[in-house]
Amino acid sequence: MENLRCQCGHSNPLGTKLCESCGRSLTDKEQNSKLVDMRYEGTARRSQTYNRSIIDKIWNFFSSVKVGVSIIVILLVAAAIGTILPQQAFVPANTEATIKAYYADTYGSVGRVYHFLGFHDLYSSYWFIALVGMLAISLVIASLDRFVPLYKSLKNQRVLRHPSFMDKQRIYAEGPGAEDTLQKVEAKLKELKYKVRTDKNGLLAEKGRFSRWGPYVNHIGLIIFLAGVMLRMIPGFYVDETLWIREGETRAIPEVPGYSLENVKFALETYTGEGEEARFGEALGRVGTVAKNYQTDIVLYQAPKDSLPGATDNLEVVKEYSIRVNQPLKFDGYAMYQMDYKLNELKTMTFTLTDQETEESLGELTIDLIDPDKKYELKNGSTVELLGYYPNFSGFENGEPQTASPLPDNPGFLVEMTTPATPEGETSFITIQNTIEPFGTNQYKLAFQSAEMRNVSGLTVRKDKTLPILGLGGLIFMIGVAQGMYFNHRRFWLQQTDSGDILLAGHTNKNWFGLKKDLEQISVYASLPAYSDQQEDTEKEGELKS
Amino acid sequence: MTLTTISSNLLYIAFFAYLIATFVFGGAVKGNKQGSFDSEQRWGKVAIAIAIFGFLANVGYFFTRWAVSGHAPLSNMFEFTTAFGMTLVGGFILIYFLYKTPVLGMIVLPVALLIIAYASMFPNEISPLIPALQTNWLAIHVSTVVIAEGILAISAAAGLVYLLKIVDLTKKSKQRFWLEAILYTLVLVLGFIISSSYFNLTNYEAGFQYINKDGKEAAVIYYMPPIFGMNESVPLTEDALTPFIETPAVIDATKLTTITWSLLVGTVLYVLIRLVTRRRISQLIQPMLKNVSSQLMDEINYRAIIIGFPIFTLGALVFAMIWAQITWSRFWGWDPKEVWALITWLFYAAYLHLRLGKGWKGEKSAWLGVIGFAIIMFNLIVVNLIIAGLHSYA
Repeated sequence: MENLRCQCGHSNPLGTKLCESCGRSLTDKEQNSKLVDMRYEGTARRSQTYNRSIIDKIWNFFSSVKVGVSIIVILLVAAAIGTILPQQAFVPANTEATIKAYYADTYGSVGRVYHFLGFHDLYSSYWFIALVGMLAISLVIASLDRFVPLYKSLKNQRVLRHPSFMDKQRIYAEGPGAEDTLQKVEAKLKELKYKVRTDKNGLLAEKGRFSRWGPYVNHIGLIIFLAGVMLRMIPGFYVDETLWIREGETRAIPEVPGYSLENVKFALETYTGEGEEARFGEALGRVGTVAKNYQTDIVLYQAPKDSLPGATDNLEVVKEYSIRVNQPLKFDGYAMYQMDYKLNELKTMTFTLTDQETEESLGELTIDLIDPDKKYELKNGSTVELLGYYPNFSGFENGEPQTASPLPDNPGFLVEMTTPATPEGETSFITIQNTIEPFGTNQYKLAFQSAEMRNVSGLTVRKDKTLPILGLGGLIFMIGVAQGMYFNHRRFWLQQTDSGDILLAGHTNKNWFGLKKDLEQISVYASLPAYSDQQEDTEKEGELKS
Repeated sequence: MTLTTISSNLLYIAFFAYLIATFVFGGAVKGNKQGSFDSEQRWGKVAIAIAIFGFLANVGYFFTRWAVSGHAPLSNMFEFTTAFGMTLVGGFILIYFLYKTPVLGMIVLPVALLIIAYASMFPNEISPLIPALQTNWLAIHVSTVVIAEGILAISAAAGLVYLLKIVDLTKKSKQRFWLEAILYTLVLVLGFIISSSYFNLTNYEAGFQYINKDGKEAAVIYYMPPIFGMNESVPLTEDALTPFIETPAVIDATKLTTITWSLLVGTVLYVLIRLVTRRRISQLIQPMLKNVSSQLMDEINYRAIIIGFPIFTLGALVFAMIWAQITWSRFWGWDPKEVWALITWLFYAAYLHLRLGKGWKGEKSAWLGVIGFAIIMFNLIVVNLIIAGLHSYA
């Protein structure tokens, strides 16, 4: 590999812009420019040096800040497009066909196009995920391309730099100095918490170098975060289930082996506007009811270790708890959240078997709507047989009653009533407030007496083993951002020539205003020659010309 | 006097202090004709004292309201927007002590006034918290976000000053058009405030019945004369104005009506300003900025983002995710408000990376700073009121 030899004798790797040792400009471009380009200290970056093989080309593509920013901007625009209409997760439809129909029906042709382009599920589309992946690759490559040479360069800094390096710095001063100038400057810089190194007739003062690592630290944080998100695809890291549980029920918790949950009671409280809550009176008067609390009182059970899977006997009580919004139940790495509810679901319905003419009752039967009996025995050998049960009756199809779901929202019963008077049996189809007698007029009917209701609680079961990784990524990101943003890397180079003249140059990666404030203090204390901000000067000249 | 009245009086005091400080800052900037900074500094000191007094009153409002309601006053549109006005002034005071720039006060304070006035167009009675909001994370998450947004907005203010100073207003250009468009938008906000206040003071109300997008009957009350009617609407109030245009069911015609009234009143106001002064608003401001340092404005534009970005990340992403995990069982759910917080964050991340390269200092950065503020306002107003999701508070 060919190296670049500087006039000072130092051999620099190919692609170096400023000599690692003395700071002389090594390229024509640098030599002709008025100010030196101090980004990454003029080091040789791989991406700026090689462009032959396909690997070089890929490396150069991803290490470019322009490419990185473009990916960010595309992601930003895509994310915004995804909010124009609600995502499919938020629409009241759950099969592919009904979702498609929903967009078309609700939003017309706009909705049709939106759905056709796949924007209804934009954030899990392959191209969106691919963009995030590209951003991650860019984070890694762009960071490595810059961090490695920058680290080497800052670690091996020399105190003495060539005058052509100094006078091309943005902050520069030259002029006569006194015998003790160097000592005075050193004293003041140390007072300002700079680390000062001296060599012969020169001095290098440095502060906040660690802030240069901020961007790389925060990029590491982001990579860890994204890696954590990817880990969820691996089975065992992530559980997301829904458990609907009725009051009084005990159910096995889905995806959580060995544990069962009993719903003792679900309660929905609203603000009353009385007593303590009187201060909310005006707001409640305007908006009506406001929910105050959703709460499921539960008992958590665990099956003994030696029991068979699925066995529900001998359960041991682990915990009694009230799951509320913001107060999930936590156990064994799992958490259960109060997410939804349904009030007053039908639990049982009670009927009497009645003679339609005499109103005489042959007894009462109570049907459990979740687990109905096949046959109900009444007085004098009368029976009611349940020929068919349709928990959520939705109408007839080809003469057959249908149910829309297994939930008892609109129960329908096909029954055969047998009494001593009608030993051959009478058939009747009963729904709420309606009775159909398919084979002519019956003598008996089932008369509705009462219903029992109960609440159902909708809980989410969650395990997310990636959370500590995400938390770590977030923490590292925050440290990196604070490190890079709230601190800056300030440097002063000072040299006194044999004739006693002072050369001074200053550089910072951010906050030139702060650097100048430091310099003003030093200048006053050590009577340094006046400095100029060469970039501002050029900008002002430019403004005057234009 | 009850604590509730004390609280709202403190907000009035803050409002008027900001109003006075705006003019004193303006005077400080305008009085500096020779470019000698003595008079600017002298009047600047008076102005910042008034602004700080107002800010203290504003903070007083915040904590007394907290005491009355029992929760951090950041739970609905009125409370959050008022707090944003407060942190905007807070961000300005912070930057003032770093850079001593009266000119920023002249721009930031009127914007803060508009924001607080805009906030008070929303119902401001003390309201109870729904279960999801009953946690300390409300105070932690929302206050961090609102502080960050207050600081980030200063970047836009510095950008605006930069543009007002350097854009050539004598020639027709894209820059001149968009700069005036920004100022016109501010006038439109004033239009909203004026029209809302007028119809509010005159107690305008008109009820309508309509068919909503699920095909069901629903009722709605207009607080402004209906320009747009809801889908198949029938008036319930006698002598209500018949809407001029009926809208399809997906569109909320009451909101469209409010927007249209604001546009009408704001535009009339703008045209009046143009007719009376015979100048663009940007032309009215530009002469005052003769002695402002554009380099300093560029520096503040960048610095405000440097200070605000980490705070924004912490509040709008980190704290937000922690809370979402506790409340909704997932730290991220692509809810519109979450997405727009991410968009804001990505935007400022892009800004910070662009600043690394050459050619993005100065004018381009100034435009970006203004766009950043526009995104923040979009998330506050449009996402809350139009793209409704879990975070809709109004």
